[in-house]
Amino acid sequence: MSILVYTETENGKFKKASFEVASYAKAIADQTGGSVTAVAFNAANPQELEKYGVNKVLHVENEKLQKFNADAYAQVITEATKQETASIIVVSQSANAKYLAPLLAVNLEAGYASNVVEVPNTEDAFTVKRTAFTNKAFNETAINTSTKIIGLSTNSFGVHESETSAEIISFEGAVTDENFKINVESVDKNTDKVSIADAEVVISGGRGLKGPENWHLIEDLAETLNAATACSKPVSDMGWRPHGEHVGQTGKPVATNLYIAIGISGAIQHLAGISASKTKVVINNDPEAPFFKAADYGIVGDAFEVIPKLTEKLKEFKANNA
Amino acid sequence: MKILVCISHVPDTTSKINFTENDTKFDTNGVQFIINPNDEFGLTRAMWFKEKQGATVDVATVGLKDTEPTIRKTLAIGADNAIRIDTAPIDGYQVAKELAKVAKDGEYDLIIAGRESIDYNGGMVPGMLAKMLGYGFINTCVSLEIDGNTATAVREIDGGKETSKTELPLVIGGQKGLVEESDLKIPNMRGIMMARKKPLNVVEPIGNEVSTEAKKFTKPAPKGEVKLVDAENIDELINLLHNEAKAI
Ligand SMILES: Cc1cc2nc3c(=O)[nH]c(=O)nc-3n(C[C@H](O)[C@H](O)[C@H](O)COP(=O)(O)OP(=O)(O)OC[C@H]3O[C@@H](n4cnc5c(N)ncnc54)[C@H](O)[C@@H]3O)c2cc1C
Repeated sequence: MSILVYTETENGKFKKASFEVASYAKAIADQTGGSVTAVAFNAANPQELEKYGVNKVLHVENEKLQKFNADAYAQVITEATKQETASIIVVSQSANAKYLAPLLAVNLEAGYASNVVEVPNTEDAFTVKRTAFTNKAFNETAINTSTKIIGLSTNSFGVHESETSAEIISFEGAVTDENFKINVESVDKNTDKVSIADAEVVISGGRGLKGPENWHLIEDLAETLNAATACSKPVSDMGWRPHGEHVGQTGKPVATNLYIAIGISGAIQHLAGISASKTKVVINNDPEAPFFKAADYGIVGDAFEVIPKLTEKLKEFKANNA
Repeated sequence: MKILVCISHVPDTTSKINFTENDTKFDTNGVQFIINPNDEFGLTRAMWFKEKQGATVDVATVGLKDTEPTIRKTLAIGADNAIRIDTAPIDGYQVAKELAKVAKDGEYDLIIAGRESIDYNGGMVPGMLAKMLGYGFINTCVSLEIDGNTATAVREIDGGKETSKTELPLVIGGQKGLVEESDLKIPNMRGIMMARKKPLNVVEPIGNEVSTEAKKFTKPAPKGEVKLVDAENIDELINLLHNEAKAI
């Protein structure tokens, strides 16, 4: 049996989430006795996937597929699934993976479970554990179809090395004009900054920062830790920061290694969206702020005094530990 | 232009999340239900198309009778017609299939759904619906303009935005950005009165097999106490983050 993974690249380089889905697929393969096949588009070094237990890479270098297109990519993965007679397909939960997975599910008449956080239970029925109610609960979901799609939550399984040797096979993928109904005209991406989805560390600011003119404090701290910047909902609603930085139940989910919240009270809607982060730090001048109940570490103090000191000390730490 | 907005009826964001029947069902006891926030941004954008471009706006919900107050609210906000497909929503595939039938029958030019619902966060219905109908699809849509038969849409991607053009019919998975928070409408008395007279059509489900099933629910383990660090002792925080949490 073959397990198929969609391994996303950016400018030819695999994203970290690709190594995570590969590691996860390898764990399923070990459990069920199968092999792992990756579908990769325009990878500079497809061989790299063998470090994470991938046995075969279907490498797509079609001119038409240089740029991400959800429907066309879903079509290629559909073809690959059929060719490999794969019964389990694993994708990450990046914006692009979330975009194409439902299309893939219809193409393959497959059951799709998103936000999965553990290796499936294959003993009786095939069930997966996934988050529900924006991290306020977990749910065991049975996938009843013969072909199954798993959307693996970012950073829930981790990257695990498992050296093997992978065969690289060029794969055409038969796409038609029908797959290109959506014409991408331009992409506007901040390339010198890590995105919230890909960041190891996220620094988030709330209304306690008083105004957009103070955001250099957040940005300096973020730069020190190579972190992404985020904000609470009112901060984006007031136009202090772009909507793309709004995190929480109605914004972007955050499942990072370290989340530092500054001047954020910790409303239930905010906490729900960020609670999948491994370590949470709060800096707030109000010791009664609800965030202190959700955080691992906290400083009761004034943001305008604490942030510059923290940035300074972290710079020293980085210099000493480089 | 005929627009269909797909509405999910979800627990209010402040709801206590509990389960019944041996942790197999969500406990609706004492829970307030609302229009799914992502859908409400889409509905509000649809109202803009109605006011500025003369669109008609229908809403559709897959759900039992208990969803009707939520549907009435969409009519009070200004939707023209409502359709309730009379079956309990079980999974994304089933919901999309029911909506696809209604969407096909209604020959809509634009179908607006929310990027995800805030209860099960599946993020499946809009894309599945588009594929079942054979229409174009744009997810995490934060801006949408329609000129004749051409749509210009902006999609949020990881770390940026992507602008694309396409022809109608189109399905989008919408979210905040389609309109601003301050554009959201609170129904007024007149809207509420009018909503009572607007058609709420109940249609039979086609009924289909579900591909996934929610079995048991569990809650996250309770969190340990926060470790407080003195504001004068930043070194201690760095030490904890490095040696204990291994986060830096
Ligand atoms: C349907 C719905 C959906 C929502 N979705 C989201 C969501 O997705 N994400 C989200 O974030 N919110 C969401 N909210 C809003 C949420 O309820 C809160 O209103 C919001 O998170 C509060 O933002 P805040 O913490 O920045 O501001 P506030 O609650 O005003 O908190 C500011 C904090 O800063 C502290 N502070 C003030 N001055 C200083 C200082 N000098 N130094 C240090 N600390 C200081 C204060 O003590 C306070 O705790 C939603 C609300 C609703 C109704």
